[in-house]
Amino acid sequence: MDKLINDFSFGLFFWQMTLFLLLLLLLKKFAWKPILNALNEREEGIKNALDAAENAKKEMESLNADNERILKEARAERENLIKEAREIKTKMITDAKDEAKAIAEDMITQAQEAIENEKKSAMTDLKNQVASLSIEIAEKVVKEELSNKDKQLKLVETMLDDATLN
Amino acid sequence: MFTMQSNFLAKLLTIVLFVFSMNVQAQHEEHEGTPEEVSLKTKIKESINHHLLDSHDFTFFSDSETGKHYGFSLPVILWDEGIQLFSSSKFHHGETVAENNGNYYKLYHNKIYRTDAEGTITLDDHHHPTQVKPLDFSITKSVLMIIVTGLLMFLAFAGMAKSFKKGPIVTGAGRFLEPIIIYIRDEIAIPNIGINKYKKYMPYLLTVFFFVWFLNLFGLTPLGVNVTGNIAITFALALITFIITQFSGNKNYWKHIFWMPGVPVPMKIILAPIELLGVIIKPFALMIRLYANIMAGHIVLMSLIGLIFVFQNWVGSSLTFVLSFAISLIELLVALLQAYIFTMLSALYFGFAVEEHDEAH
Repeated sequence: MDKLINDFSFGLFFWQMTLFLLLLLLLKKFAWKPILNALNEREEGIKNALDAAENAKKEMESLNADNERILKEARAERENLIKEAREIKTKMITDAKDEAKAIAEDMITQAQEAIENEKKSAMTDLKNQVASLSIEIAEKVVKEELSNKDKQLKLVETMLDDATLN
Repeated sequence: MFTMQSNFLAKLLTIVLFVFSMNVQAQHEEHEGTPEEVSLKTKIKESINHHLLDSHDFTFFSDSETGKHYGFSLPVILWDEGIQLFSSSKFHHGETVAENNGNYYKLYHNKIYRTDAEGTITLDDHHHPTQVKPLDFSITKSVLMIIVTGLLMFLAFAGMAKSFKKGPIVTGAGRFLEPIIIYIRDEIAIPNIGINKYKKYMPYLLTVFFFVWFLNLFGLTPLGVNVTGNIAITFALALITFIITQFSGNKNYWKHIFWMPGVPVPMKIILAPIELLGVIIKPFALMIRLYANIMAGHIVLMSLIGLIFVFQNWVGSSLTFVLSFAISLIELLVALLQAYIFTMLSALYFGFAVEEHDEAH
């Protein structure tokens, strides 16, 4: 301790205090403030740039997700459209088939009706012809068998009865 | 392979120890015999002591045979009934009495005393001179080194600031200094003081770190300066830390000193003087730590270098050379470490002073 006190030089202490404080003030004004500010600014800049990059990345990601979603939707829509088209097609075919069937049935019924009518008219014709034929036959029979009038009449009557029974 | 190596090492060690002991023995005998050896050892001791103290002239080396000193004189400024200004060359390295304006001054153990024309120095019982010691404001070797370091720091850091104006990437020496500045900010200031209040203390922390580090490094050069190993310098630095701490102390800080919260009243009364003592002890430890570390480093290094000359034989001298080289490397680390510790502890004390407690504990 004695050595410490003995070694202590007030002059050196005085100079050290003065010079150090002067250095501190000068460095504070001309060096530390600008340097620390520049470092801070640079760090802020880097941080901002990184944030911006991160944001851009996120945006890209959301954009990609959007794209994906839109694509998915489009695909689903296309599928729907195709499905619908397919349904329409089948429906159209079935409809057409049904219609054709209905028309065919109609035609068949008409044809049957026509056939029936034809048949009826043919029958009437036949009847008429049979009648006329019968009359002719009757005439011939009458012509041949004018002598036996009663017999003739009887014959005609039976023949006519047979004809109606037909 | 391993055994062979260890075998070899063991052999080497034996030889070394043998040579070493022989040498010491021989030295011992010589020491007893010739007075020349004694004078060499005394000379080394004196040279170390001389080196450790501040000096009024800047001597690079001296030739003890011719008594010639190579270096330059520095101005002596004394306050002795007015300013006395003269060159230290008047002392002729303490060999003669300097005369200025009719006053006579004599150097005794690197301190200036007022004396008479014959330069008589009378000593008291404690081996202190009884002569008047005028206030010495001389530009000594240490003051010169402070100025040189200050200028270097100013040039380096103002240059760095200028380089920052051109763009965000610093050029030149700043590239080396910038990570250190960032380290002090991020690893010393912010963790110890806190993110909200560290900015105010940054200029001091940075200045003190680089100041101490650069002066420690200068102390390791062959210039032979020992600025940070001087009690006046470390006292001044510790005093500034002390003053800043006390002036930034908030209510909470003083409360923890005088009326420790959360302990019973008798404890509070006991703790107050202890805490108050701690306030003084902290910067005192700061002062002694830096002083003692640098001082001890210089003594060890110079003693080892002195040993090279004491041995005066190839083996011993080269061994001590290797040893002193190793110590130099350690001192290089200590130079940085002590600057770091000083800055770190200063920041820690500032942190105590501005610390806020949300709730009483």
